Amino acid sequence: MPAVYLALFVAWELSVRFFTIPAWILPAPTEIARTALQWAPELALNSLVTLRETLVGFVLAIALSLPLAVLIALNATARRLLYPILLGLQSVPKVAVAPLIILWLGLSEWPKIVIVILVCFFPILVNLIAGLEAAPRTMLDLMRSLGASQHMIFRRLRVPVALPHFFTGCKVAVTFAVIGSVIGEFVAAQEGLGYLILISTSQSQTPLAFAAIALLTLLSIALFHGIEWIERRVVDWTP
Amino acid sequence: MIAAAGGLAAAPPPAADVAAIDLLGVSKHYPGSAGKSVHALGPIDLRIPSGSFVAVVGPSGCGKSTLLRLVAGLEKPDAGTMSRYGTPLDAPSHEVGIVFQEHVLFPWNTVLENVLLPADVLALPKAAARERALRLLEMTGLGAFADHRPQMLSGGMRQRAALCRALLADPRLLLLDEPFGALDALTREELSLELSSLWQDLGRTAFLITHDIEEAILLSDRVLVMSPRPGRIRADFVIDLPRPRNADTPRLPRFQELKQEIRDIIFDRRA
Repeated sequence: MPAVYLALFVAWELSVRFFTIPAWILPAPTEIARTALQWAPELALNSLVTLRETLVGFVLAIALSLPLAVLIALNATARRLLYPILLGLQSVPKVAVAPLIILWLGLSEWPKIVIVILVCFFPILVNLIAGLEAAPRTMLDLMRSLGASQHMIFRRLRVPVALPHFFTGCKVAVTFAVIGSVIGEFVAAQEGLGYLILISTSQSQTPLAFAAIALLTLLSIALFHGIEWIERRVVDWTP
Repeated sequence: MIAAAGGLAAAPPPAADVAAIDLLGVSKHYPGSAGKSVHALGPIDLRIPSGSFVAVVGPSGCGKSTLLRLVAGLEKPDAGTMSRYGTPLDAPSHEVGIVFQEHVLFPWNTVLENVLLPADVLALPKAAARERALRLLEMTGLGAFADHRPQMLSGGMRQRAALCRALLADPRLLLLDEPFGALDALTREELSLELSSLWQDLGRTAFLITHDIEEAILLSDRVLVMSPRPGRIRADFVIDLPRPRNADTPRLPRFQELKQEIRDIIFDRRA
């Protein structure tokens, strides 16, 4: 499998050289790597900024989704009231409201974090609700036959059943979260990988933009695997 | 496989004439398709005397699982009265242990944690419950598997663990909903015999739902035969085979005779 990737890079490199494509349109992989090394401190610093915005927003989205999901899963009235609002909120294009959020919250990190929350709370919420409702009837019958309280059923049955669903939501959400940070940085920022891409393309520094995009991709993949790593340790009963 | 009931106290002798379960004119409908309701069960009269082992056999779809869910307090009847040890039966009770057709063990808990579930729900004293759970697991040959997850166990072992869980809170009445239905024939027979000796040691009341006529005869004092939907009790057999029963019991002529009689009723071939 790695041979395939290697072949793709080699093909890329050779085509750029063979057709003499200018670096400001499509830089060769070696050119991107050279630029990345040259700009390493800036790239590292801006990666940290984007990572921080992404993680803070992601964690806050989880914190927000947990109580909402519990409320919606266990209470029919809450579901009728909240679900339409949340669905409406989800249906608003986040890219379109990003300038407004910057307008309201200023130039700090917070507008980016809010955009990350908006982008990634929904997949977490929907999966969590589905998980909290996924307890099999046979297991619910068992708990009822023991006279278990709603609280006991929640703790011993609903939460463990919901965990794999929760992690599925998190894995979808965390890749969205990175995109959310970049959207925020595109609209207004002085730092972050999104800002770096914007600046470098406006100055025809295309290799640097490619390096930043590569870093964003790596960041996304790393976060995804990080969650998978946690999931394997928490949900250790599924084969 | 099951040793004598080392240390598990037998139930106190029940009051002479209070039945464990008493159903009078009980029937149940379910909402069906196109707004029509399906008459699933009854009217049924059923009395399970304290200390006896009563089985219900019938073809699939005859409403026998519905009957067990009613007796368990998991569902309410549309008509009729139900009582449990002389008091109205309208909700599940901790005096009742249930073994379901599927083992229904939680895969995220160990075998011991699963067996201890009733203790957690009923807030029983932890140390005593743990001791009893370990003793039950020992009696059913699962002592070495207490800390395993249930998915590591074979089907028969899982059903044994489910039986231990049902017995943990020392229930007066054990409800068995085709408990060995999902197992292969050999394991089923082995577990039936184990259950028979365990039941005799503990001196509990048991109510078994099954489609397996031999299993019903082997275990029970009485076998009730149900008709197809709407399920009604069509015949009531007293199983006068000697106890303790063992692997040789099915070879007794009386066993074969009872089996044939029950089959004839189920298949409607009685002359």
